[in-house]
Parts: sequence; structure tokens; C-alpha cells
Amino acid sequence: MLDYLIPRYKVLRDADLCTRCGVCERTCSNDVHRVDEQAGRVTADHMKCVNCQRCVTMCPTHALAIGKWPQVGNGSSNWTLECLQDIAKQAQTGGVLLASMGNPQPHPIYWDHLLLNASQVTNPSIDPLREPMETRVFLGARPEALKVNERDHTVMTKLPPQIKLDVPVMFSAMSFGSISLNAQTALAMAAQELGTFFNTGEGGFHHSLKPYADNAIVQVASGRFGVSPEYLNTAAAIEIKIGQGAKPGIGGHLPGEKIDAEVSRTRMIPQGTDAISPAPHHDIYSIEDLRQLIFSLKEATRYTKPVAVKIAAVHNVAAIASGSARAGADIIVVDGFRGGTGAAPKRIRDNVGIPIELALASVDERLREEGIRSTVSLVAAGSIRSSADIVRAIALGADAVYVASAALIALGCHQCQDCSSGKCNWGIATQRPELVKRLNPEVGAQRVVNLIRAWNHEIQEMMGGMGINAIESLRGNRLMLRGIGLTDRELTILGVKHAGE
Amino acid sequence: MTHIRAPREGDVRIPSGCAIAGIMDRSGERHSGGDILKSIALMHDRSNGLGGGFAAYGIYPDYAELRAFHIMYESPEARRETEAYLDVHFISEKQERIPTDSSSRIRNAPDIWRYFVAPHPVRLSMSGMDEPEYTMQHVFHINGCIDGAFVASSGKNMGVFKGVGYPEDIGEFYRIEDYKAWAWTAHGRFPTNTPGWWGGAHPFTLLDWSVVHNGEISSYDANRRYVEQYGYDCELQTDTEVITYLFDLLARRHGFSPEMAAHIMTAPAWDEIDRMEPSRRAFETALRITYPSALVNGPFSVIIGSNEGLLALNDRLKLRALMTAEKGSMVYLASEQAAIEAVCPDAENVRSLDGGVPFLVLLDSVAERKRQENPENSPEQPRPRALEVGLQPSVRKEA
Amino acid sequence: MKRIYAIEAWCLGCKRCEIACKTQHSATRDTVKALTQEQPSPTSRVQVEGDRFLSLAVNCRHCAQPKCVKGCISGAMQKDPASGLVTSDPAKCVGCRTCVSMCPFGCVQVVSVEGRDIALKCDLCTEDGCIPGEPACVAACPNGALVYWESEE
Repeated sequence: MLDYLIPRYKVLRDADLCTRCGVCERTCSNDVHRVDEQAGRVTADHMKCVNCQRCVTMCPTHALAIGKWPQVGNGSSNWTLECLQDIAKQAQTGGVLLASMGNPQPHPIYWDHLLLNASQVTNPSIDPLREPMETRVFLGARPEALKVNERDHTVMTKLPPQIKLDVPVMFSAMSFGSISLNAQTALAMAAQELGTFFNTGEGGFHHSLKPYADNAIVQVASGRFGVSPEYLNTAAAIEIKIGQGAKPGIGGHLPGEKIDAEVSRTRMIPQGTDAISPAPHHDIYSIEDLRQLIFSLKEATRYTKPVAVKIAAVHNVAAIASGSARAGADIIVVDGFRGGTGAAPKRIRDNVGIPIELALASVDERLREEGIRSTVSLVAAGSIRSSADIVRAIALGADAVYVASAALIALGCHQCQDCSSGKCNWGIATQRPELVKRLNPEVGAQRVVNLIRAWNHEIQEMMGGMGINAIESLRGNRLMLRGIGLTDRELTILGVKHAGE
Repeated sequence: MTHIRAPREGDVRIPSGCAIAGIMDRSGERHSGGDILKSIALMHDRSNGLGGGFAAYGIYPDYAELRAFHIMYESPEARRETEAYLDVHFISEKQERIPTDSSSRIRNAPDIWRYFVAPHPVRLSMSGMDEPEYTMQHVFHINGCIDGAFVASSGKNMGVFKGVGYPEDIGEFYRIEDYKAWAWTAHGRFPTNTPGWWGGAHPFTLLDWSVVHNGEISSYDANRRYVEQYGYDCELQTDTEVITYLFDLLARRHGFSPEMAAHIMTAPAWDEIDRMEPSRRAFETALRITYPSALVNGPFSVIIGSNEGLLALNDRLKLRALMTAEKGSMVYLASEQAAIEAVCPDAENVRSLDGGVPFLVLLDSVAERKRQENPENSPEQPRPRALEVGLQPSVRKEA
Repeated sequence: MKRIYAIEAWCLGCKRCEIACKTQHSATRDTVKALTQEQPSPTSRVQVEGDRFLSLAVNCRHCAQPKCVKGCISGAMQKDPASGLVTSDPAKCVGCRTCVSMCPFGCVQVVSVEGRDIALKCDLCTEDGCIPGEPACVAACPNGALVYWESEE
């Protein structure tokens, strides 16, 4: 059957700059480039190009660029070329369309409609180079009031377990299996260096990461892969994954070809078998079941580790977050629909869930209405792209944020959305040894550390401008935000005034 | 003819700079308002005629056990409505118009009354609240629901005299030299907008607390949204209001001493905590973990008055001026040293207050009692929230 | 002295090091011209051996007791006593290939330049005009497979 698909990208090669050195050919795992010595030129199979930009970056003479395939649609905004191609693909294969990374739809990005404040005259801005500027955050449950002995300076109340972050950023769950061990190791090393946390995802805890256990959050998801008493007790905190922003209501599927010996050992499943995480936890069909799981995990770790519950931002997210807090979650993680994934059905990724900005604002507000916001920690996830997004998230009400896509981009990811092929040219979303080794964890960790340090400096600069020298004074401080180009309804949900007000 | 009303506190958030002063006699001996008037008058340039006021402790010894309500009225209807409300919920021992000086420069003053009241005993016991909470809720009701009425103060054996004008003119208007108090605080206001209404002047009060404040806190919305969880309504949108509520939450509801409440609001920096010995470090860390949203950030200096004494506090970076001095049993506080020297030229121990270090002045009798007290605080049991005890379903928000 | 070390685990076999070395040791110092126009074509002193699954960039070790220096019959191959750098002086080299046969790592090549055979090897980019600091091959490596580290003699 003739495949009606056409290429998405066109490899543009500047003949004046190409030296036929062959770096592109050697670096492309999709076999796009070929040095044709006979013809004296390098050719490209455009159909295979996924626009990962590895060759563009590696070319010693910058002779390469990737362009859009010049084919035009018929001009319809309805039957777009992408729409036609999706149909052609399904007509060919009869399968569910798979995609990766976060929701790419042109929905409003509310971060870009929120402006930050700065002090003028009546309140001095603070110079972070001269004054302490605190970005330390603790995550965990808190009592509403503390009982102390003021004379002896001792605490009578037993404080629930906490984790300490020196920067208000953690690395979200990405399992060994969905990403390479080198990628996970790079994040673990960076987390340790930065004084923050990485998350194992639902892939078990690889033995080589033991030195980074104090900076690890282990995940318990619906497949329960890799979960054991040792696993739970190894890490600093435990996260129950109920949902993921990129694919709310959907489980996970790691194909058998990615389950090599190491992945198999770490996940505690047979080599070569598909690892299927069910859509729901089959022991959680209701909120009271969640409470049982939370307390089972607390019992298993003797109440020494905070338990987080991660939920996808869906329509009813505020009530679900509140219910989770009341079910005993110490930390609530809300993951917006632009959050990334290694693989998700395209229709789910592009159509299910809501933006993190609105979800975060309504969760924070709901928890305050119920008077329980100060007793639980709130983490926002789902496409945090810069330090300014972090400042906005904290001002909307988050204690800290999770980043994953940004950390992967620091490692080399170019968001080509082809993770599920397993042929990641950057050594991130792959288990092929020859590709995995492209990511040297030490190089990767340094890049991630550089990124987060730079962001933290920027956060400090922005806080200083607002006259704030401790990040807790930014938390939920929505007066530091103003909306621009938003409707009254949007402003109400976000709980911010419009610029000029 | 209709006037365009300038926005008031509550309509908008109005930052303001200010002058503050306080004078207290630790022995409890009472002094006239002459000195505080002189002290605040010297700092004339720190205010702009848009608000001034005084708080005085110990002025009503004959009614020491009763709540003294100072209430301002914009209209006779407001007074009638308020008095009817008070009649239902309180028993009034005495009520009178507060004497004012009609020859002063102050014009267009509201009708200002005082009432010495006790809660209606049956209603109090039926309410399930303690006396302070009962009184506070009714004060909130009058301020929030009765148009044209504003309770300027509601403490015992204390009162607040405030209005629109320079503080020295306000002092003359209220004839504060006729009152004798063991502690006085004063406030001159420099708002960066033009609200000009009497209730919005300072000191701000809540029960026995009175607060005068100079600064603009950058943590305002974080603090506001924190205290609003616990039934405080930040209607005026002012720093002073939110600082008062934070203080009330920590000192009254959570049972901390005033110094500890102030310490929580100006918590030590992490660098400093990290250098402490382990048990102290654990203590300070637990406080910061539990009360992150009670940290007050940005420049401020405040003097908080209570029936026990005065507490002065500066932000932890020391971004606002506040001086202290002593002479015998007298303690002086002011934004400027000259304002102290104007009333006590031979004052001793003149110094600038350290940032984030609470400066507490207690009555000698109170200090003696406190030494005997249990150093453990006893937070009150959390009360059920309105949404948990209501009978009607609230508007269903979820899908 | 500081030496270049090749780390097999991280070598991808992309040969960017070879290209950088050629450019560095070309007449024009321009990658496009060096690789497509210059005659004679510049020689890379680093050679990547292997395939995309297992590879290694082979480079001169600047040995403490270099066999190439020991074997040199003309005095062209010298170890600088101060810096430890082993270089061959093209003016003195007679192209006898003794160094090639002596080197246990295969890091010396003899090529014909303007009709004369001379030995060429890694000079840690210390030739005139070269940027001091990181050698070109190390700077070009995308994965930290070539490192320039201080080491004991």
C-alpha cells in the first residue's frame, strides 16, 4: 500500500559550507544523511528527519538547517496539512497516533499574560549582590500552630517530615526506561549539587544512583514498578502519581524493546516484556482508597518521609487537590497540560486537561478558602520555561515548581517530539547503548546546574526588585502580578488585577 | 451636586510613609498627652495632613473592666443603627460624645462617640466564643456592614483618637492633653494617594491592640491571604491592618508572647539559623517552616500597644528609622531622635532599634507576673470554619 | 604537565576532533577551505579508531620517556624539558620513520609535504598563532570524551 505520508521537514544544506566531513552522517540515528563520495556530495532522506537538530548543532561549519517541508495545504484553517497527514497515517496503520512532549496547541500561555511588579520610591528594591536573598524552601505538611517553650527555645509540637530545597525548583518524574540512565544520573548529580531533588518516576531506583538517594523522590504509580520497602526507604520523599499533565486519565506503556537487562532489573519485570501502567491505580477507586495508600506508604517508612500526591490539572482539580490534602498528602503536585511525556496518545495530549496557571490559582485559592493551604505544600508543574515563570508560579501560590522539559533541553533535547521512537539522538529518551553514551552525565549535570543557578540568580533579582528578600514572602503574593490582555473571568480565576489597576 | 469620591482604603491599596512615636512609663504612672503631642509635632514633615492619631492606655481607670468603644459616625442614621446593634449584643454602662475642641483647625469632623460596654452575657455564652472573639466579630460587623459607622477602638481602659489632619491638630482637636495615660503612641501619615477619611487614619486597633506603622511591606498579599484563612477580613487593604491581624493570630490565638510573635514576623535569615547550635537551629527552623507566610518583608517600623506595654519592631533589613531612649522609668520611641530629645533632652541609652529584634517594654507589674508564667504557649483549638458549620449548601463550584 | 586524555566510554566516533585538528593545523585556519581547497590537505594528528558503538580518539601521550625521541636519528623529535611537550622539528626531520615504528600508540604519522617526508604529531596546539589553553580537539568534543587534565609525570 502506497504510504500517503509526506516529509515534515526538509534538510537544508549550504553547499558552499559543506566539507563532506561526514559528522552529520555519523551523528544521525535516523539515517537521514549520507556522504555520497561518488557524487561528491552529501544527500538527505528528508522523510526520516524528525528535526532533533543534532546534526545542525554538530556540523563543524554550520552548513545545516532544518526547514519546513514546502508543501502547502489548501489554505483551509480547518483541513490543515497536519490534519490530513494524521488521517493518512491512521489510514495506513490503523493505530492510535502517538506523540511526545507537552500539548503544542496554540492555547493561551497565561504565564505570558502575567507581568511582575517592582518597587519605586515608597519601598526600596533590594540588591541581591549586597543583601541576603533567600530562596530556600521546605516541602511537607505543617501544623497550623506550633507549641514551643519560649524560654528554652525548644519545640513541643512534633513537626511532620520535611524536605529542604535550596532552590525552589525540582526535577519532575522521569523514569529510567523512558529516559536513559545517563540522563537520570545527570539530573541526580545536578540535584545533589544544587541542593534539590530529582524524581525516579515509575521506573525503580537504579543501584548506581545510591549516592544520590538523599536527593531522590521515588514514585509509586499505577504499575508499581520497582516498588519495594527498600525503594521507599531509600529516598527523601515518596510521590504517588495519580495523573500526568500530558495525559490525564491515561496510564503508561513502555514497549518491550526498551526493557533491557538494566531496565528489567530496576523495574523488577521480565526483560523484553511491555511495561504497562494501568490508567487508574487498581487499589484506588476513590479518595478514601488514596488515604489508605498514603498511610500504607507512611507506615512503610515509619512516618519519616513526606508523601506527595501528583495529579493532572483537570476541570475539577481544586476539589481533587483539597481531597488529597485531607487524605493525608503532605505535598500536592499539580501538573498542567503542557507538561511533557515520553509518549502519549496524540489526541489525549492535545485535548485533555487545563493549563497549570489556572489550575494552580484555583487550587491555591480553594485550599485557602478551606483554611488548609498553610498545612500542606503545593508544587506546580507542566511547562515552566524560565525563571520568570517560576516567580509567577510562586506568586500565584506554589511553594516550588517541578521542571522536566527545561532540564532535558539543558541536556540537549530539542523538543522534536519523537521520544517514543527510542532513537533519541541526544542520548536522552533512548536505551540504545550507542545513543545513551552520547549523554555524558558529568557534562549534562554541569549544564543543568548552570541553568538552575542562572535561574536562581534571576529569581533573586526579580524578588529584590519587588523588595522581597525571602521567597516565602512571594508565595501567594498575587499583588506582585498584573494581567495583560486577559478577560475579567480569567483575571478572577487567576486572582490578579489587570495591568494599570 | 455630586462629588467624585476619592478611593478609600478598602477600595484601593494605598501605600504610605509616616512618622510614629511612643512614650511609656513602666511604673504605670499616668501622664498627660502633652509630651506625645510635642514629640509627633516635631516630625511635621513626615506627614502631609492626611491623617494623624493617638492611642492611649490607662485613660479610663473607672471603667477598666469594660470595653471602651470609640465610634465615628458620618450621619445620625449610622449612629442610630449602630446603637441599636450595640443594644442587642452588649450592655452599655455609659455613652457620651467625645469632647472635642471646636476652635481647632480640624474641619468636617464626624460625630464621635464613646461607649463603655460589656457583652450581653446570654448572647456571649450562646455564641460559643470567648469575650475577645465575640467583641471582635461584632466590631467587624459594625465596620463592615453599617454604612457610615467606624469603630476606632474597642479595647479596655484604652482609646484611640484619630482623624484627617496633621497629628498635632488632631491631638488638639481631641484635647488629648486632658487625658492621662501610662502609654501613648502617635502617628502622622504620608499616604501616596489622597484618601482622607477618618476611619482610615491610624492607629489601627483590634481589641486591646493598637498599631502605628511606618513603611510599605512587600509581603502584603502573602500575609493577607494567610490571615484571611483564619477569619480575618483585610477590608482596608493597609499594611497596618494586616500586621495587626498577624500579631493577633500569633499572640492571641496561637498564644505566643508578643516578642515571639514579633520574632516570627521578622524571622532570622537562614544563614544565621545555619550558624546556630543544633537545638536552637531546630527551633528557629520549625518556626520558619510553620509560619512562612507570617514573615513580614519590606521596610517597616511599628509600635504595637497593649494593656501590658509597648512593642517596637523593625523589618529585618532595618529599612525604616526607629529610635529608642530611656530616662528613669520612662521609655521613648520615635522615628527621629529629635522627636525624643524635644520632650526629654537628657534621655539616656539613645539608640537605633536593630532590624528584626523586637524591643519590648512592659509595665513593671506585668514583667513581674510574666517571670512566673509558663514559657510554653498554648494555641487555641482551631475553630470550625463557616463553611463547615453552615446549613445551606454553598454555590457548587466543581463541575 | 597537562595532557589530553581520551575517554572511551564517551567517545561517539563523530570525528569532530579530527576536523578541528585539521583546521587548527591548516594554512588558512578556515574549516571549509582547509577541508575542501588547501593543498596539501592538512593532516589530523588525532585519529578516531572504531565505529559508532565503540570508538576512541588516539592521541600523542607526550610520554615521560618518549620512545619516538629515543629513536629519532636526526634530533628532530625532542621533548621540551620545561613543558614536557614532545614535538618534531620539520627542518631537521629526514622522514626515516623510526619514530613511527617506535611509538607504541601509533601517534606519529609521516606525510609528504612539498616533496619531503616529515613526521607530524600532536603539538597540543602550541604552534604559532594557536589559541593557548584548550587544544582544538578537546574544545570540539561534544561529549567530554577528550579532556585536558593536569597529570603527574
